This record gives sequence, C-alpha cells and structure tokens, in this order.
Amino acid sequence: MSLMQVFDIAGSGMSAQSLRLNTTASNMANANSASSSAEQTYRARHAVFAPMMQAATKDVFADASMQQSAVGVRVAGVVEDARPLQPRYEPGNPMANEQGYVFYPNVDIVEEMTNMISSSRSFQMNVDVMAAARTMMQRVMTLGQA
Amino acid sequence: MAINFSNALGMHEQALMLRSQRTSLLANNIANANTPGFKARDMDFASVLAQTSGQQSSVRVTRTNDRHLQGLPATASAELMYRVPSQPSLDGNTVDEQIENAAFARNALEHQASFQFLNGKFTGLTKALKGE
Repeated sequence: MSLMQVFDIAGSGMSAQSLRLNTTASNMANANSASSSAEQTYRARHAVFAPMMQAATKDVFADASMQQSAVGVRVAGVVEDARPLQPRYEPGNPMANEQGYVFYPNVDIVEEMTNMISSSRSFQMNVDVMAAARTMMQRVMTLGQA
Repeated sequence: MAINFSNALGMHEQALMLRSQRTSLLANNIANANTPGFKARDMDFASVLAQTSGQQSSVRVTRTNDRHLQGLPATASAELMYRVPSQPSLDGNTVDEQIENAAFARNALEHQASFQFLNGKFTGLTKALKGE
C-alpha cells in the first residue's frame, strides 16, 4: 500500500531533520565554550544522511519497480568536524593554560545558521507531504459511498 | 453477461494505484532533499499507465510450445527514471525542492481527479443495480 508508505517516508524525513536541528542547536550552544586543552574542547558535530533502502523481500506484492526504490531517509551517523580549533591568547581567562592560551570550538556560526534554516524548511516540507497524504488517504476511504 | 469490474471501471483503477505509487516516490525525493549523493527519481506516468492497462503492448513473450514457460504480461515494471538536474549541487544531490513540491501538489490533484472518476463509476454501477 503505497499511500501508507508516504507516512513512513515523511516521518523518517522529519526525524532526520530534527536530529540535524538538534546537532545545530548543540553546536551553537557550545560555540563559545572554551577549554584549556585541545582534547577537551567541543568540536562541531554534523549529521550525515543516507537513503533508507527497502528490503527486496519485505513486500512480495510490491510492484517490481518500487522494490529497488529507497524508502525514506536515515541518519547514517554524526561526525565531528575535522577543522582546526581556534586557540586564542587570553591570559586573563581562568581556563588558560601555561602559555596563556584557551581553545575555542571550531563552530562556524554562519554555517550553523544556514543549516538551521535549511533543516527547518525541509521539516516543514515533510509535514506538508504527510498532511497531503492524509487527505488523499481519507478521500480514498470514502470510495463507493454515495 | 455478468458485470465485469475491469471493464466497468476502465483505466481509473490503475490510474489511482499509480498515482498513489507516484506519491510515495515524490515523498521520498522530498525526504531525501538533504541527503548527499541522492538522485531524484520519478516515473513516466503516461507510459507506465499504458503498459499497466495493456493498451500499448510492449515486448511480449510468445509461446510456440505448450511446455514453454508462460511469459508474464508486462506489468508496471517500468524503470524509474532519474531527474535531470537543472542546478546540480556539489554533494551530488539532484533533488530540486521546488520542482518536487510542484510535482507533488499536481500529483495530489490528479489523484483526486482519478478518485472522482472511479467513484463516479461505482455510483453509476450502484444506480444501475438499484434500478432507480
């Protein structure tokens, strides 16, 4: 039943986008958490998406053309940003090390803002898709009624 | 002759089914709008419908001996086609959210049209049965 599949697909999209929004929130919240050593400093995190593949044997009655198709999106993992941290010379900072340096996370605020807008738009699109599928489903339910 | 549903309902039954399938395809494109390397796909509705309703016979298997295996009729096994991107992005994703959104809205409307045609057929059948 392919209209039912739309709910799964849009739902997977919504959950993936909300995870992405979550990492963005975490990055922005920690953008200024300084620390005295490079190892302890927060690093920006990014969600990596991958298409979810349908198991070929899952639905025997599924159309042949639909079997090879992907159904939804999944979060393949959350990776840490490999860009270098920002060491700053702040001898007055209580977190400063012996040389007077503190390390700031490698969070790019501008990039996080664009990520936030993009994920919130995509989330909205998935919600719209689900609402449309719901209306279509409800309409099909009334088939044959006078 | 008894009522034959597939004659009475015509192609609208297949059309409605294909519209639902296309809905999930387009929903999948929209859900993967931010997936790196994802290629947007769609079906050529007209040719798939023609194939499904058997109007246009594609390549068929002919049996020249009774012991040959029965060839399956060409069903909607048409290959899904990849969309040609107008603005390809660096990460290899070819989903254009505007195009997908427009296609989805149009497909929803066409789904409603197919539904109304099919519903009209059923209403007609019911009327004929009741003899009112």
